[in-house]
Amino acid sequence: MTSYALKRLMIALPTLFVVVSASFFLMHAAPGGPFDADANLEPQVLANLKAAYDLDKPVFEQYVIYLGKVARGDFGPSIIYQDSSVSKLIATGLPVSLRIGLSAIFIAALLGGTLGIVAALRQNTRTDYTVMAFAMTGIAVPSFVLAPLMTLIFGVLLKLLPIATLEPGGSLARDFPAFAPMTPYILPVIALAIPQVAIISRLTRGAMIEVLRQNYIRTARAKGLPEQRVVWRHALQAGILPVVSYLGPAIAGIVTGAVVVETIFQLPGMGRFFIQGAINRDYPLVLGIVVIFAAAIIVMNLIVDLLYGLLDPKVKVDA
Amino acid sequence: MALFQAQRDAQLQMMDAAARLRGRPLWREALERFTRNRAAMGGVIVLSFIAVMAVIGPMMSPYTLEDLAWDAIGVPPSFENSRWFGTDDTGRDMWVLTWMGAHVSLTIGVMTTLVALSIGVIYGATAGYLGGRADNVMMRFVDVIYALPLLFFIIILVTVFGRNIFLVFVAIGCVEWLTMARIVRGQTLSVKRKEYIEAALASGVRTGTIIRRHVIPNVIGPVIVYVTLLVPTNILVESYLSFLGLGVQEPLTSWGVLISRGANALETAPWLLLIPATCLAITMFCFNFIGDGLRDALDPKDR
Repeated sequence: MTSYALKRLMIALPTLFVVVSASFFLMHAAPGGPFDADANLEPQVLANLKAAYDLDKPVFEQYVIYLGKVARGDFGPSIIYQDSSVSKLIATGLPVSLRIGLSAIFIAALLGGTLGIVAALRQNTRTDYTVMAFAMTGIAVPSFVLAPLMTLIFGVLLKLLPIATLEPGGSLARDFPAFAPMTPYILPVIALAIPQVAIISRLTRGAMIEVLRQNYIRTARAKGLPEQRVVWRHALQAGILPVVSYLGPAIAGIVTGAVVVETIFQLPGMGRFFIQGAINRDYPLVLGIVVIFAAAIIVMNLIVDLLYGLLDPKVKVDA
Repeated sequence: MALFQAQRDAQLQMMDAAARLRGRPLWREALERFTRNRAAMGGVIVLSFIAVMAVIGPMMSPYTLEDLAWDAIGVPPSFENSRWFGTDDTGRDMWVLTWMGAHVSLTIGVMTTLVALSIGVIYGATAGYLGGRADNVMMRFVDVIYALPLLFFIIILVTVFGRNIFLVFVAIGCVEWLTMARIVRGQTLSVKRKEYIEAALASGVRTGTIIRRHVIPNVIGPVIVYVTLLVPTNILVESYLSFLGLGVQEPLTSWGVLISRGANALETAPWLLLIPATCLAITMFCFNFIGDGLRDALDPKDR
């Protein structure tokens, strides 16, 4: 198990390095720079600006300087938010994104898994068809359609929840003050979680149906174990393996989904900074966010891999 | 005598059945299974309708893409004046826009899938065929980039190299080949070692026949299924980019562009979001039903 964990870590670190390098050179391979929009700058001003952001040096030198800074946790100054450094922007955006993203993953795994198990246990019944129809809809209706619709229904028409703000509001916050701090996050988290709930429930259903047909499940039933124990102890352990291995891509999906959801709900998270930065060619900001996102995804993947190693007996034998 | 006759009849019948079983082409059997699947056939019919409308739809309307009707801004859908899908906030006809968008979205979905298919099949088949260390290195590489937030790379690519529709094709295609490569590689590996290949070899079947009868049918099934699932994924990726303003640019339109514009006018003109969103969702359903139907039809395990 330890050597398996080490092997995974050995993959994770170079991956992060590859991400940083690839995005750095991609951004610098672009024709045009961040100051092209200010066409009528004095040449001297432009040169000073470029020098301030190290843009006057050869690309490779910039790369080395950048790597050194990143290693010390300094992502440089932002170009569009001129009074702020990238690290400061990340410090304000990351908590918002983390809160939304982690809640969405948690809900997706829990709700998706439960729905999938229920559907598998009641295969080819009305319950099963309902769950699968919901899952199909969740896959077919993208979050950038779902989010505006939910905003209209729950925010504008019913006035249940606040929209486009981090301040608590809406009638839900008034009627249940205990939940008030959660209210601004409810719609974004739902919009983010539903596609993943749909995928995970389909995956779990498929895997559980396959497992429930296995011989050892028949054996467990034949030796008279109560159904509860057969399902929750014997079937589930194998049935959730595909779900655990899907959690990696699910996290990547949620991170990319967060970009759209934060844009729609106008939340000051990482995703919105990323789009702002990308559109305005703010190299340091985009790079910094890519590095943080990639690091988050890689760390989560590492955790998922280790979890998989704990759950799947085959991995232990291999290692 | 009569008993003998009956016996012979039964024997003949059995031979006949055996002959029919042997003579039944694999593909016809799969096709039969597919056509029996009502959801999948419904998907094919509706999708064909959308595809045909993507071509002839804009011509059916008296309006064109360039018509900006200042006297008909934000008209809801109605049969009056042939505004079947209404007009948007600049007075453009939504019927024309929706089917033009269908054209662009479907084209992007299919083209990007073709790019992904070519890269994925070549890469995966090479890795699977070579095996050993080359396979190991090639698949490790895939593992590494699999863990990355690839959509960000598309976004960086598109912002850095300009918002150009061909770039969107290439960027999506270049990013979405990974799963294809994994599937093809796994299939190649497993088919290479299968007993039925060995059996066919041992009984002296020619290589060409083995490839045609045994390898291709067993490799291609999951690939076809994945292709039908990749087309809607890529349509979604394009919509996602267009929604963020990074995909298809005006005056060209796609469902993502229309949804993005509609989302901003949702309170005053809900049809601007609902019509393209419904078209997109129906297309997603169709592709998914067809994919599921193909999986059931082509799965050799079920036979």
